[in-house]
Amino acid sequence: MIRTIDEILNRPSRPDSRKVVARLAGVSKNFGSVRALSQVDLDVHAGEAVAVLGPNGAGKTTAVKLLLGLASANAGTVSVFGGDPRMPLNRLRTGAMLQVGRVPETLRVEELIDLFSSYYVKPMPVRETLAAAGLKGIEKRRFGVLSGGQKQRVLFALAICGDPDLLFLDEPTVGLDVEARRILWDEIRRLVVRGKTVLLTTHYLQEADALADRIVVINRGTIIAQGTPAEIKARTAGRQIRCVTRLPIATVCSLPGVLEVRSDRGAVVIGTAVAEPVLRELFRRDPEVSEIEVTSAGLEDAFLALTRDNEQETR
Amino acid sequence: MSATSTTLPRVGTERLLAHTVTIYAKETKYEFLKLLRLPVYSVSIIMFPVMFYVLFGLLLNRGHDVGGVSVATYLMASYGTFGVMGASLFGFGVGVAGERGLGWLQVKRASPMPPFAYFVAKTLVCMTFSFVIVSVLLILGVAFGGVHMAFAQGAKLVMTLAAGASTFCAMGVAIGYFSGPTSAPAIVNLIYLPLSFASGLWIPVDMLPSFIQRIAPFLPPYHLARLALGVVGVGNGSAFEHWEALGGFTLIFLGIARIGFQRDEGQTYG
Repeated sequence: MIRTIDEILNRPSRPDSRKVVARLAGVSKNFGSVRALSQVDLDVHAGEAVAVLGPNGAGKTTAVKLLLGLASANAGTVSVFGGDPRMPLNRLRTGAMLQVGRVPETLRVEELIDLFSSYYVKPMPVRETLAAAGLKGIEKRRFGVLSGGQKQRVLFALAICGDPDLLFLDEPTVGLDVEARRILWDEIRRLVVRGKTVLLTTHYLQEADALADRIVVINRGTIIAQGTPAEIKARTAGRQIRCVTRLPIATVCSLPGVLEVRSDRGAVVIGTAVAEPVLRELFRRDPEVSEIEVTSAGLEDAFLALTRDNEQETR
Repeated sequence: MSATSTTLPRVGTERLLAHTVTIYAKETKYEFLKLLRLPVYSVSIIMFPVMFYVLFGLLLNRGHDVGGVSVATYLMASYGTFGVMGASLFGFGVGVAGERGLGWLQVKRASPMPPFAYFVAKTLVCMTFSFVIVSVLLILGVAFGGVHMAFAQGAKLVMTLAAGASTFCAMGVAIGYFSGPTSAPAIVNLIYLPLSFASGLWIPVDMLPSFIQRIAPFLPPYHLARLALGVVGVGNGSAFEHWEALGGFTLIFLGIARIGFQRDEGQTYG
């Protein structure tokens, strides 16, 4: 995660950081005959940034809607701040950015923010919200004439205008260009630094890695992995060695520390937890080994591997 | 200290009340601005009854009488009902269906907005548009149709029709909860126009085929039209039974809307 030293030092200490502020316990949710979530357990702790990562249709939005009290679970319990998410006092401490088909297009940006600010007891001044969401200069425009990225930023503004303790962001950067995505990321990081709890869903792996303290990988309505971005990456081979060698594949396979081997266009690709011992062994057995590349398995690979395993299991 | 352990500021009941009033006021203000800036709503909702009234009440049928009053007076009451019904059905039915079906209502439900504020604001706005429509008809009738009416009588007509709007607001919510964002305008028209005709809003009930005359008392606009006509001096029955009927219809529509509201809790859209 990219943070300045300053930000890290100023991050508030969190004595009760293990306090659970949002929880799904054994939650299942069906839509007709479709099972959107199945026996999901998820705890979000105070001050934490959690990314729920999964492909489309994995159940991410359903999890958010349950936590917002917009839908009720078929089984299990959903709680926010230890109570029903629909309780007015809990809603006052919660902000939400949802995927919306259409917002009243004839209202101006500042009017929408003014309206949503009025719902909260201690909202941020409208000017601050405009600045935080990068909407300065377009506050007088009607929603209908905004670009896709600007519309997304207005929805973000509505989520943060009440200065809530807990934020749910459902695919906050979907449809944004690189620049707009960076701006929103910075703003989300700033919220986390200020001690806010953030739960965001995304199918951008990079986004989860960049923003979250913890990643929850979800596929077909079940959680298939969770941990820090580093832990998730470690779930699959930590390093990949690509090289050209005379050694037969079977020999490479038998080297200590090698987890998997496949041939790829005349080269072999070796998966391993730690690269160096394997490299030493390779050089010893084949002094002419060439074209060596060592890469760390990215989150992308980890994610694909995890969802692939999950799909094989369900078959 | 973590943000999540921050307690809410202590607010006295006075402060809470002031806060609640502010929410309702802002919700109403922005609901009004939203529709006012939407010509498809604000212009058509006012222009249709006005055009009909100018055409049939002021230009044609000049000097004719119906039900003991001039046509211009009679149609002021019945087109007033027509206008009020349109403002409410379109404002509520199409509004709720669109906001519900395209996710905006979910954003509002996820926020701390008191759910009641959403409906109160829409009702007040529909009543305001109703008020404007009937006032325009009244001014046109008095200025160009030779309608004689005391100020108190005119005020009573406007207030009666604006109050009657609440029944159609309830009907609009019910439609809004049971139709999709794209189908709602068509559904509203399919209900609005036949209902207006069969309730005698375009042609006096007495001139309609007898089987329609028998159906009319089972239709809500018929009762509001009777109340409005009573104010301008047509008929001499008791107003009470018509208010009673409108109240009954309102409760039925609210009951239907409630089923839709609860059904939404277990579903998602999009």
